[in-house]
Amino acid sequence: MAQRLKRYLVILPPFAWLLLFFLIPFFVVFQVSLADLRLQRPPFSPIFDWDGWWPTNFTGDLENYWFLLEDSLYINSYLNSLKTAFFSSLVCLAVGYPIAYVIARATPNWRNTLLLLVILPFWTSSLLRIYALIGMYSTNGFINTSLLNIGIISEPLQLMNTDFAVYSAIVITYLPLMILPLYSTLQKLDEDLLEASSDLGASPFQSFWQVTLPLSAPGIVAGCLLVFIPAVGEYVIPALMGGPGQLMIGKTLWTEYFNNRDWPLASSVAMIMLAVLVIPMMWLRNAQSARD
Amino acid sequence: MKLKTILMATAAVAIASPAAAEGTLNIYNWSDYIAEDTIQKFEEKTGIKVTYDVFDSNEVLEAKLLAGSSGYDLVVPSASFMARQIQAGVFQKLDKSKLPNIKNLDSAIMGNVAEFDPGNEHGVVYMWGTTGIGYNEEKIAERLGDSAPTDSWALVFDEGNAAKLADCGISMLDAPTEIIPAAMNYLGLDPKSKNAEDFKKAADLLAKVKPHVRYFHSSQYINDLANGDVCVSVGWSGDIFQARDRADEAENGNTISYVIPKEGALSWFDMMVIPADAANVENAHKFLDFLMDAQITADITNYVWYASANIPALELIEQEILDDPGIFPPDDVKEKLWVAPVYEARADRAINREWTRVKTGQ
Repeated sequence: MAQRLKRYLVILPPFAWLLLFFLIPFFVVFQVSLADLRLQRPPFSPIFDWDGWWPTNFTGDLENYWFLLEDSLYINSYLNSLKTAFFSSLVCLAVGYPIAYVIARATPNWRNTLLLLVILPFWTSSLLRIYALIGMYSTNGFINTSLLNIGIISEPLQLMNTDFAVYSAIVITYLPLMILPLYSTLQKLDEDLLEASSDLGASPFQSFWQVTLPLSAPGIVAGCLLVFIPAVGEYVIPALMGGPGQLMIGKTLWTEYFNNRDWPLASSVAMIMLAVLVIPMMWLRNAQSARD
Repeated sequence: MKLKTILMATAAVAIASPAAAEGTLNIYNWSDYIAEDTIQKFEEKTGIKVTYDVFDSNEVLEAKLLAGSSGYDLVVPSASFMARQIQAGVFQKLDKSKLPNIKNLDSAIMGNVAEFDPGNEHGVVYMWGTTGIGYNEEKIAERLGDSAPTDSWALVFDEGNAAKLADCGISMLDAPTEIIPAAMNYLGLDPKSKNAEDFKKAADLLAKVKPHVRYFHSSQYINDLANGDVCVSVGWSGDIFQARDRADEAENGNTISYVIPKEGALSWFDMMVIPADAANVENAHKFLDFLMDAQITADITNYVWYASANIPALELIEQEILDDPGIFPPDDVKEKLWVAPVYEARADRAINREWTRVKTGQ
């Protein structure tokens, strides 16, 4: 009995945390997404009245969700965000995997130094790092002046406000989130397996392809999710570095909330975004637990 | 300089807080929109500790106000936004018995804003200005020659001109209710129209120009214009004058000019108002009255190059500013200026949707 009580006490804090900071806000946003826009403070109509402790006179409807289907703007924003997040994750994986591999294979002394270098950027605000990138990319910035001085280019390159700026900034910002889980799986990899594989006549490439890579799959999945999920909702990078034509759901959400002051519609955009992210994740989790 | 202003304001707060007993005051104003020493002088005079935060769009301010409990005691929306916020019950009425300096204000200008705030019950004019064109004289002359239409919206809204200026950089405010009406004005439509068809015509024009526009942003252009990173900006008058000053100070060979296009331009009034849930109402009134002091207003205008609505202050404003038709326009230019209408939710959605179409092509 005491044992069981202890167990409950241990799991209570995380549950309370999730309830307070995830579930309740979630229902607040969901409730607003069912309401109607109105000129007041806050700018939406309540969807029910309180009868003592019980809600009555429920008036919410799905009108806002239907509106999202009517205008192709929203679907295109979602698709474009998913595309951006997908390719950023791929580039992060391509850049991050070799780095994680080298760190995992390095001597313990080097390993700590290298890991520190990966984590170091997190000590400054990501906003400052983005401003630093803006300084590098701008027409009179570091990259353009250097290239002009060496004589590789004769006219400054347009780097800011382009797709390149957004992709590279997302990759640079999120790269540590890819490297760390990859490193932790690669580092646990049993070297005897590689030895065995080479004893059995596999070339180094075959060993990597057939032993290392499959065994590091959990790290790949974790890293990709850690990059992909925040990248989908990314607002700051496309807003500061993207061209005007870049349609991303974060910016669309901003327009709904700030320019149209339409909190109900903005809330339904957010709900759909959550669904877009959560449903594939649950599917992935189910697929994984089925395999285990 | 924006950073400098913020730093100065913060430093002023840090140094001059001798009498916390006098209480605090939280102000939310536009960026680059006050003299360097205004806050410090107020703190020295009253002992009130001021926290001064800045924003660069009416939309951001409105979102905070509508959410409630913004924590600010004094905010500065433009008049057309204020009108809607008054309807939403966001502001409290001013206690004019605590504002003896209100007699300094130009009754003609206060009459103009009474359209948004009947009886001027909620707000007083902070500064006013226009949304026109700032341009880099050398770079424009290089690309368009002497016949460049620098006195017309055609400089940015004509596709041919925009194409020639694309390489040196065109920027526009990210403010649909300022750019779309300007395009309507260029097309000969009524810029105060709230008709979705008119928005669409303006957006079609802007969509043609858009490939040549480097970015839509409402504060970045001050630095970029000064540094030569962009050569034409559709922006706010005082911001462009600040860019001109910075370019002069830097002596980087860029000469910036501001023009109110001959077709007309939007004139806007920024209003000082007190949120209904402000905690320091008394101090907010003290600051309002302080700001309506002729010398204080004149100092601000001399620094930010926006026109004040303060009659006695005119004596104290630098001649160069008073004579500038971009700041204090002569009567024939004034006739062409228009004031933004109040957009209802439906018109707002329509104009913002067209704006998204301009920016993204979707």
